[in-house]
Amino acid sequence: MADHESHPLFLPLVFVGGLIFGFGLGFSHMAQPEIVLNFLLLEDLGLLFVMFGAAVVTGLVFFIAPAGIGRAPLTGRAYGRRLKALDRNVVIGGGIFGVGWGLSGICPGAAYASLGVGNYAILWGIVGMFIGAYVQGYWRSSDLETGTATAGAD
Amino acid sequence: MTHVVSLVFGLEALALLSDPFPNGIEHYLLGGLLVGLGTAVIYLGTGIAAGASTFLESTLSYVSSLSRFEQYRASRDWRVVFTLGIVAGAAIYAVTFQSGFLSSSLHQTATTGELYDVGGFTLWVTDVQPWRLLLGGVLIGIGTRVGKGCTSGHGVCGVGSASSASFVGVATFLLVAIGVAQLVAAVGVTP
Repeated sequence: MADHESHPLFLPLVFVGGLIFGFGLGFSHMAQPEIVLNFLLLEDLGLLFVMFGAAVVTGLVFFIAPAGIGRAPLTGRAYGRRLKALDRNVVIGGGIFGVGWGLSGICPGAAYASLGVGNYAILWGIVGMFIGAYVQGYWRSSDLETGTATAGAD
Repeated sequence: MTHVVSLVFGLEALALLSDPFPNGIEHYLLGGLLVGLGTAVIYLGTGIAAGASTFLESTLSYVSSLSRFEQYRASRDWRVVFTLGIVAGAAIYAVTFQSGFLSSSLHQTATTGELYDVGGFTLWVTDVQPWRLLLGGVLIGIGTRVGKGCTSGHGVCGVGSASSASFVGVATFLLVAIGVAQLVAAVGVTP
């Protein structure tokens, strides 16, 4: 599944999708770690509407597109669902992510959006995420030689 | 300690009973629908279910030759563009609604953090302490990549795909995060 996306509209479309995505995170205040922490403290459950509102839209499109449209116009890719193998890593990684999310109130997409609303302090979090991603990449690079890698599209 | 935690849980439960949505739900729902729409636009055009956390590893492939990051070389350019789009989209929100140049009954003004002014635009900065952001960020960088997804990859695209791995992933990080946030608040760390 090489990404040789050479269509002239490929990158512009990805950018527009990112714009809508980021605007939505700003409008819903997910770019504010305090709001996410208030959710995790069960003081304001609005975040549920953000995550599930988004999941319902993508769910509809993910299930309708394969039936209604043949292949993606800009890449020629077949439409598929986002399926990952359920293994120990999903639980271990999810648990580590949960500790970080609960400690800080930030997650990757919301952190990028937070930079956009002017939150310069979020750079601490973004730098931290790169450090963490590098650390696990360092640990796991030796595993790659044994062929246990799984590709991701997150 | 256990008493403090149970007291906090008890108080939270009371607060929840009185009003689980003190800031309303409209801006949350509308924002969520837009997050879904952004994902859907990319998916319809390209067939790609884009999540936000792979960007961390794919971008590291520009500067690191670790074999783990090699698999993301092919997608690293568009992932940079996607992330720049997210930053720019949030900036558009900041210079319109956040700055008061656009208004809507569906919009909520920020009640947290600090607003500050730059060139006539209203920007926002968090009060959450840097060490929480940095340490949380490190754990997020590890956890999302080991766990195959974050709130957008698992929470939006994966749940939207009815993926059992994503249901397990979301349940795991949601429950752990609620516990950790309660604990951090209970020991008096704020904000």
